[in-house]
Amino acid sequence: MSSVVEAQRASAVDAQASPDRVAVRLRNVRKTFGSGDQKVVALRGVDWDVFNGQMTLLIGPSGCGKTTLLSVIAGILDADRGSQVCVLGRDVAAMSGSQKTRFRRDSIGFVFQQYNLLPALTAAENAAIPLIVKGWPRPKAIARASEVLGLIGMAQKVNKLPSELSGGQQQRVAIARALVHEPRLIVCDEPTAALDHETGHQVMVLFRTVAVRPDRAVLIVTHDNRVFHFGDRVARMDDGHIVEVRTQKATIEEPPDVLA
Amino acid sequence: MSWIALKMLTGDRAKFFGIVLGLTFAAMLITQQGSIFCGLMRRTAGQIFDITGADLWVMDPNVRYVDDVKPMIETSLYRTRGVEGVLWAVPLYKGIGRVKLTVPKQVPVDPDQPAGPKRTVREPVIEQVILLGLDDASLVGAPPPERILAGRLVDLRRPDAILVDFTRLPKLFPYEDWKSLPKPPSLGQVLGDKIGRMLGLVHGPTPEQAHREAMGRFYERFLNRELEMNDHRAFIVGVCEATRTFQSNAVVYTTYSRAKRFVPQERKPLTYVLAKAEPGVAAEVVAARIASQTGLRARTSEQFIWDTIWYFMRYTGIPVNFGITTILGFLVGTAIAGQTFYNFTLENLKQFGALKAMGMSNLRIVAMILLQAAVTGLLGYGLGVGLATLFGQTSKGSELAFYTPWQLLPIAGAAIVLICLLASVLSVRRVVVLEPAIVFRG
Repeated sequence: MSSVVEAQRASAVDAQASPDRVAVRLRNVRKTFGSGDQKVVALRGVDWDVFNGQMTLLIGPSGCGKTTLLSVIAGILDADRGSQVCVLGRDVAAMSGSQKTRFRRDSIGFVFQQYNLLPALTAAENAAIPLIVKGWPRPKAIARASEVLGLIGMAQKVNKLPSELSGGQQQRVAIARALVHEPRLIVCDEPTAALDHETGHQVMVLFRTVAVRPDRAVLIVTHDNRVFHFGDRVARMDDGHIVEVRTQKATIEEPPDVLA
Repeated sequence: MSWIALKMLTGDRAKFFGIVLGLTFAAMLITQQGSIFCGLMRRTAGQIFDITGADLWVMDPNVRYVDDVKPMIETSLYRTRGVEGVLWAVPLYKGIGRVKLTVPKQVPVDPDQPAGPKRTVREPVIEQVILLGLDDASLVGAPPPERILAGRLVDLRRPDAILVDFTRLPKLFPYEDWKSLPKPPSLGQVLGDKIGRMLGLVHGPTPEQAHREAMGRFYERFLNRELEMNDHRAFIVGVCEATRTFQSNAVVYTTYSRAKRFVPQERKPLTYVLAKAEPGVAAEVVAARIASQTGLRARTSEQFIWDTIWYFMRYTGIPVNFGITTILGFLVGTAIAGQTFYNFTLENLKQFGALKAMGMSNLRIVAMILLQAAVTGLLGYGLGVGLATLFGQTSKGSELAFYTPWQLLPIAGAAIVLICLLASVLSVRRVVVLEPAIVFRG
């Protein structure tokens, strides 16, 4: 392993970072599925910090625990007892089910690999869902969602159904949906996996230009080595651990091997 | 959120119509079969419904239902009249008579050439009829004037006069030109007329009134026709409309004294005593007094209707047969609607997962599913009941027994609610236990 990478590994945990800079702080995060012979350990004590104002990529081979870690951070999967999951200054592990639901509603934006748009709703209606869930009146929510769609170049498509949009356009709607309620953390699961190279590139440019803000962290799980250079930091996972973290510069100089 | 639930529901039209169709089918079958069952049960007591004016039926203690004829001695009439609270009491004969008549029939002159020239021969017809003998003076129990299609009720007082029910006339006069019988107005005509009247475009008699008048003109041809009953002459003075009964025989009305001549002599000719309670005295109270003072069975009209209906329900397989069809409709409706609804939820599982991930609570998702179930249920119920009603309207005037009491509508509604609950409970369970993390699995 090169000296650059060795240097960056130390910054997986930054004990000196101010609390308002750290969006996600994980300490000794473990997650086990099943029990007895069926027991599968997905996370083996993850220590990791994700910072505001950055786009952080989480990479690693299939089955290494990336999606499990993302789910734990997003509060849709409970970590094992003893894990410390602090997201946006809140102890997620100590939250009740309904508190987590409210936390997700208010603070997190989601982008899924398969977009998960409701097929019967127009682009604007789909993008407005987080606001509707928060209790906004329908016309106001759709107007705001249309504005956000306009920001990402989808102004002409607000009334189109998902079936009338290309894959890239659908992912843009999903991004608008993740941004519309101004969340402080955006989690994305393989946002470019279902897209061709050109469209995937456009989507990542969009994330960089629209999603990343000083008071917001963007965390992206990806396999796609064509987009690694977009990340301010790239964390590589293997066998339930974060094994290295690189800066953007280090990533460009020596791209990590996702399968390593 | 409700609009999202409704858009999700109607987004896949084929599935949406599948769910609604299942519920429509169930609602229609339950209402239609229920109405036919109620119609049939009502028919069993048709003759009690037909006799208006009297509110008490006095009979032999062993009589269980209206057709269970057990004659009484005529003094029973006077004993009934002597009970306190009885305003009046009259006799009613009910029995089976035999009608004999010859009717003209066109037959080929040469039997080998059926299409050749015809000649008229007189064909004997012998038919059993239900003979009702009404009180000679008051004619209590006669059909009301609006149910007389041809002739006049007062003519029943003429010698040898009888009034016949139009529904079974083809059995007595099989060679009549029944093809020229006026057809009842179609549902379209009736609806068109109603709309036209609402808009003030149509005046004059309604299609139903016009049809009734045409029927009256048609049935006038039977007036003054002669028949023979128990070697006595009888002639038709009127054609009326009696409620169809379970028996296929024609109903013939005449006077009590004449009825006794129209059947072979019996020692006990009196079948029922029809009575009226004095004003201010409850019929039930008078019935109890009659029973205790005469030893006869006395029932109010309503009680006797229910006695008859319960008898048929208990001793015939009708409720079981209709019950099976109704349960089948319920099960098929549940299966179709339930499966389609569950599949619909399964196909939207990822979407529900995404909504949960985005912070939608289980309660709101359950409310969405229940709203979807309620909307499909309401549509299915409305369409099903509407179709059953349409079926009932189009079969009006036919042999089909169809009667929809208001109680049947909430019963069908409750069945549809149950189907919707059963259909949605699986979906609700599936969505409630759904891990939102499902959305991160490609």
